[in-house]
Amino acid sequence: MTTPATIRVENLTVCHERRPAVHHLNGQFAAGSLTAIVGPNGAGKTTLLRALAGLHQPQEGRIRSTDRVALLPQASTLDRSFPIGCLDAVMLGLWRQSGAFRAVSPAGRAQSEAALEAVGLRGFQRRPVGSLSAGQFQRVLFARLLVQDAPVILLDEPFNALDARTAAEMLALVKTWHGEGRTVVAVLHDMELVQRDFPETLLLARDLISWGPTAEVLTAANRLRARQMAEGWAEDATDCDMDAGLRDRAA
Amino acid sequence: MRRALVGCLAVSVAAPPLGVFLMLRRMSLTADVLGHGILPGIAGAFLIAGLSVPAMAVGGLLAGLVVALGAGALSRATGGREDAALAALYLCALALGVALVSMGGGTAELTQLLFGSALGVDDLALLLMAATATLSLGVLAFAWRPLVLECFDPSFAQAVGARGGAWHMAFLALVVLNLLAAFQALGTLMGVGLMMLPAVAARHWSREVGGMVYAAVALAVVASFGGLLLSFHADVPSGPSVVLVAGLLWVGSLLFGPVDGVTARLRRRHLAG
Repeated sequence: MTTPATIRVENLTVCHERRPAVHHLNGQFAAGSLTAIVGPNGAGKTTLLRALAGLHQPQEGRIRSTDRVALLPQASTLDRSFPIGCLDAVMLGLWRQSGAFRAVSPAGRAQSEAALEAVGLRGFQRRPVGSLSAGQFQRVLFARLLVQDAPVILLDEPFNALDARTAAEMLALVKTWHGEGRTVVAVLHDMELVQRDFPETLLLARDLISWGPTAEVLTAANRLRARQMAEGWAEDATDCDMDAGLRDRAA
Repeated sequence: MRRALVGCLAVSVAAPPLGVFLMLRRMSLTADVLGHGILPGIAGAFLIAGLSVPAMAVGGLLAGLVVALGAGALSRATGGREDAALAALYLCALALGVALVSMGGGTAELTQLLFGSALGVDDLALLLMAATATLSLGVLAFAWRPLVLECFDPSFAQAVGARGGAWHMAFLALVVLNLLAAFQALGTLMGVGLMMLPAVAARHWSREVGGMVYAAVALAVVASFGGLLLSFHADVPSGPSVVLVAGLLWVGSLLFGPVDGVTARLRRRHLAG
């Protein structure tokens, strides 16, 4: 793994059908930081994460990032009934080396088997993923992240639907990554968990509410603001700053 | 007749693996739409040039690719809930095709185009079938990993730059090509059967994509043999008889297959831990 660089977000706006999901966001994820993205439903958390992974094109602004990212998608976006074995699913994490055509090296295979063991799934190599519980499936995805070995790791609701023990073990992995100096960004809902284990927090409600050390961000006042902004969905929204941005550029 | 058998075997090797991927992507209906979609192209070519293999192949290929692109666009426009739109599309294509054939010929030609004729397979058609099978297997061997990844985890595929969309288009083009190849012996309506029925049946024989593909090919080969024999001895058009045998194999798989088969479910006692 190479050491990550700071990820700078500059005036980022990402839209779904012209509706901004993330609105004029500015800030930075420091190299090696461990950040939680929190906010109400529909606040643009997943959209921001996917934009960081390069899956959404910004409508405006940009993300300055030079590092390879590994993304843990929300479990619901995968086809869990797909007939693929656990080890094969983990080995997909080697895509950067293997690409579409090359064979997986013996070292890559051993690395994948070790990753399965590291997430507590020894002996699951040939088990089809369709036969796994939600928690076991999430462990497979974590094993794939281990194999990807990326300097920047993005997690979308990584602990959803996990029992306490699985969640604790996966959290331990996240802390290991943090200890190794990787930049980790996670979308989370559990405020207690965020306050206990995540040094940095980004509170989002389409617009940025607050971004910084967790204790300073998760104040009662900020959380109330986040709730109000998300509920204030304007049906008659006019073209906002996109035009302003164009005018600025013209001027 | 021997040409038809060799041709059907070629199709049996190439089309079912495509069917397995269509099934896994929940696109079984799309195969049907493409099967109907090539009919107007074939019928148009038939109007202009008669029962000529190259003309019908080119016409069908053009129409199939247009429908494949149209189906993809429909899918995006309807946010993935395209089944109603696809059903509308293939009804229109079928009606247009039948109308076109009727303008230029009689019921004999119509039956041959829709349901196939084993005796209609000439050397050129056989060559087309063999070439399609060769090309399909080659492309599938290369596209295997991107296709699996695109089915299993599309976001991940996009994130690692696997270009799943491009592979998917190539895959759809292969589907059209195989339906065209199958149409010579089985007809446009029945060609889909040799692609989808063995694939659906194979789900009951394996839990892995690779195993499913082998099972699907084996089932399709049996269906081709049995179906052509039935067609010859019972004087039934070759398309329906091959598809009927494939259908029987599907019912058999559903009942007796080891994976989620009915009897396997009845018989199974739980393991001791």
